[in-house]
Amino acid sequence: MAPNSIHWFRKGLRLHDNPALQEAIRGADTVRCVYFLDPWFAGSSNLGVNRWRFLLQCLDDLDSNLRKLNSRLFVIRGQPANVFPRLFKEWKISRLTFEYDSEPFGKERDAAIKKLAMEAGVEVIVKISHTLYNLDKIIELNGGQPPLTYKRFQTLISRMDPPEMPVETLSNTIMGCCVTPVSEDHGDKYGVPSLEELGFDIEGLPSAVWPGGETEALTRIERHLERKAWVANFERPRMNANSLLASPTGLSPYLRFGCLSCRLFYFKLTDLYRKVKKTSTPPLSLYGQLLWREFFYTAATTNPRFDKMEGNPICVRIPWDKNPEALAKWAEAKTGFPWIDAIMTQLRQEGWIHHLARHAVACFLTRGDLWISWEEGMKVFEELLLDADWSVNAGSWMWLSCSSFFQQFFHCYCPVGFGRRTDPNGDFIRRYLPILRGFPAKYIYDPWNAPDSVQAAAKCIIGVHYPKPMVNHAEASRLNIERMKQIYQQLSRYRGLGLLASVPSTHNGNGNGMAYSPGEQQSGTNTPAPAVSGGSSGNRSGSILLNFDSEEHQGPSGIQQQQQQQLGYHHMPDTGHNSRLYKCNVSHDMAGPQHSGHLLHTGGSVTGKRERESERELDGEDDTLSTSHKLQRQIAEVTSVHATSGNQSSMKS
Amino acid sequence: MKRGRSKCQSFTPSEGRKKRHRSVAPPYVQTGSSASQKLTEETWGNLPHHVVLHIFQHLSLVDRARASSVCRRWNDVFHIPDLWRKFEFELNQPATSYLRSTHPDLIQQIIKRHAQHLQYVSFKVDSCTESAEAACDILSQLVNCTIKTLGLISTARPSFMDVSQSHFVSALTVVFVNSKSLSSIKIDDTPVDDPSLKVLVANNSDTLKLLKMSSCPHVSPAGILCVADQCHGLRELALNYHLLSDELLLALSSEKHVHLEHLRIDVVSENPGQTQFHTIKKSSWDALIRHSPQVNIVMYFFLYEEEFEPFFREETPVTHLYFGRAVSKDMLGRIGLNCPRLVELVVCANGLEPLDEELIRIAERCKSLTAIGLGECEVTCSGFMEFVKMCGGRLNQLSIMEEVLIPDNTYNIEQIHSEVSKQLGRIWFPDMMPTW
Repeated sequence: MAPNSIHWFRKGLRLHDNPALQEAIRGADTVRCVYFLDPWFAGSSNLGVNRWRFLLQCLDDLDSNLRKLNSRLFVIRGQPANVFPRLFKEWKISRLTFEYDSEPFGKERDAAIKKLAMEAGVEVIVKISHTLYNLDKIIELNGGQPPLTYKRFQTLISRMDPPEMPVETLSNTIMGCCVTPVSEDHGDKYGVPSLEELGFDIEGLPSAVWPGGETEALTRIERHLERKAWVANFERPRMNANSLLASPTGLSPYLRFGCLSCRLFYFKLTDLYRKVKKTSTPPLSLYGQLLWREFFYTAATTNPRFDKMEGNPICVRIPWDKNPEALAKWAEAKTGFPWIDAIMTQLRQEGWIHHLARHAVACFLTRGDLWISWEEGMKVFEELLLDADWSVNAGSWMWLSCSSFFQQFFHCYCPVGFGRRTDPNGDFIRRYLPILRGFPAKYIYDPWNAPDSVQAAAKCIIGVHYPKPMVNHAEASRLNIERMKQIYQQLSRYRGLGLLASVPSTHNGNGNGMAYSPGEQQSGTNTPAPAVSGGSSGNRSGSILLNFDSEEHQGPSGIQQQQQQQLGYHHMPDTGHNSRLYKCNVSHDMAGPQHSGHLLHTGGSVTGKRERESERELDGEDDTLSTSHKLQRQIAEVTSVHATSGNQSSMKS
Repeated sequence: MKRGRSKCQSFTPSEGRKKRHRSVAPPYVQTGSSASQKLTEETWGNLPHHVVLHIFQHLSLVDRARASSVCRRWNDVFHIPDLWRKFEFELNQPATSYLRSTHPDLIQQIIKRHAQHLQYVSFKVDSCTESAEAACDILSQLVNCTIKTLGLISTARPSFMDVSQSHFVSALTVVFVNSKSLSSIKIDDTPVDDPSLKVLVANNSDTLKLLKMSSCPHVSPAGILCVADQCHGLRELALNYHLLSDELLLALSSEKHVHLEHLRIDVVSENPGQTQFHTIKKSSWDALIRHSPQVNIVMYFFLYEEEFEPFFREETPVTHLYFGRAVSKDMLGRIGLNCPRLVELVVCANGLEPLDEELIRIAERCKSLTAIGLGECEVTCSGFMEFVKMCGGRLNQLSIMEEVLIPDNTYNIEQIHSEVSKQLGRIWFPDMMPTW
């Protein structure tokens, strides 16, 4: 008997290049395409109206395209785990297909459904089509760990076979004699809900700048490629005032919801490149937008804590400030910096902002100005940004806040200068912050510096009609650069609760870079410059630049270990005040020369075992850094127990 | 339990220290001697003291605390002064920080049992004033100690600045007066003042080697001069530009003074155009370099473009330069002319014109330049290649944001990557940011 199939849509909201959907149809009697408005995605209330609308439009489009094939979309209210068993029975299902979800929670959910299906005697077929590659293969190629730098990722990719070709679009031919039983009351039972039905107030809601759906996505990709062909330039376009605005060739939300297949995009780009350039091998940079996404999916797929700082093995722990008022000002576009506020307004209104604009607001919130946790920013983006995907959103925030992936942190985007460089005239500001319309270009990025007469003429008094800047950027960035340095210095050397360990300003591993206080016993070796700053490295010790060099360091080990290696001896802190100060602490006699020596020699000669150990040590350190109350209490308990333990044991014995 | 006890006993055999005898179990719990012999070989409790200590030195406090509950012997080791030489107090409030604080009981334990052992102490406080005040309270209890290294670190905002000055100063001077052998002090962003520095000098002038006090607004040039005059062992100093004077440089260059190794200067302006920056005489810089030829002079600039006027008009022996805000082409041009000792240059932002000429001049004249970082600037690919060729292999740090490089007829980004890699003899890429 030919099977009855269900294809389960989650992402991958399309009929083109949908291999799992084809599997559902292959040789089947019936197929039903279902979508759950489930708590894993749809049910969570922290999605904004734009994201909901985009999703519903995708579903509408999917339904209308299925109708053309005499089929329908079944939108099912409920949770998959609860509803599937009933559907399996009711529809006599023997095959379930869906697209592979690489994200940890998706994997967990899918594993549960698979189990459930198997118990019901339903065959499950899963196909990869949301990413270009099988991410597990990339990880395997990297020795079992996800690559943690984009360069390393590129290297791995270049060693792999090109992605698989997209499969054919679903058509009547492919459908063959496979049908979808549709009941009279389909619309009532399984129709796509409206925004009102979901409880949104849509009065005054402007029409969507980014309409959802596969049909729109396919129109856009054609326009996108036409434009590329027209400019015949395959490099990343330089940013200008125009690129800040939503473009009818923009694709990111469509890739996010899978209205557009990344593989289709990949191969269309390749074809076009070959046609225009007449060469056969396009550079990897051609696929930048796709590969970054792939990079973050890879980094996240085995890390359920990818969207957290605590307990996330690749995330540097940074003592972010908790400041709900400041966070609200940022999220609600009331920072007093027109550049930041205009971007945040655009994000809220339209659901999309240019990637450099994302850099600007993310830097401002985190390491640049407000020193607020990237997790908070990520949540706001999760609510507002159409293309925010769990992996890509968290990964990008970690990146932009310098919490992972080894970037330099020396540069903070200036909330005044960056905008002015991009859009000197300030039209972007005037579009999204009409209150500032009257300001001349000269002052539109820093209206608080405008003379009273200018403010009066603009009919906008700063501090009355538009807020004063919430921080002094120069001062904040000075402080924050110092904080960052402090953190990276500690990372490089820090062991145990001692923190007191910091960056070695020495390459000569014997621990005598220990400089001042503790060096007492060795004061002989410790005199002038070379001893202190470690000979050859002496001239580096004022540096703020981190040396995360290249490939060799991107071994299979975890990030902390790499951080240790890389920061450990390449990164020279600033004048070393810190470093020296803390170095003292590490390198004092107790730490022992082997210890520091080891660190300084880790290079590549470390055995796997040792690497694991150092990872663990750093994990432990994270624990102590966090000094979770529980642990602390334990210590306190332990110590206090021991204070009296002499007594106890003597009593016992 | 029985086995445990008999183990304990069997560990002690030859060493026979008094302490350990207390843990010897009464005879009735002992099993046959052959059995206990076996157990001896299997157990950890009889590791020699110094071995346990050695292991403990590699453990975090948490792990040490856990390990110390294994047996009394390990617990003895837990309290060995050596293990309490360094401590970091973390003081945070739940409302302002995601991080937890050092437990109050533990703090009390340390003050009671280990204060006299502390040598390397730091305080990390969050943005809340209470945390900074708590740090001051602990400081003022450190009466019986010989601290060598003291660090006061604000992890988010400079919250020590919110503590009343008298509270802060009295707490700090407790340590200054009692320790008498302070060697390294980091008190950036605190309300430390001239009188407290005097106390520092009066008690620690022979030992002080490092003083980091950027952004301490209550210190005057005279206050820091007093430190330089009397602490002849001072090798590292960090301060703001307004404290830097000709007299200070001369004091640091006096015959009695050891060679200075690091001098870090923050040049900060709070209100655009309102701060007038003084100049330092070339003769003062020259004196410093004559006295300390190896000294690193690190300058961090957070100025508005128009405020750069007084800087680098004459030869300046700066080695590391960081421009946190936009800096003019003109200024970068002067750096090429007047900073022959320059080792590292970081430019976070600049105007819209390419910096080709300026970079090439820097490559030409700054022969020690080994590191450069460029943020929001522009350089043509050809200009950049020229710069890299002139510097060649000595550039061991080349951190250039991708957007900085403007492709031209000679090179596009791909070509730049391979050409620069060729010049440097290693794989090089511009710094990329996610396209997202």
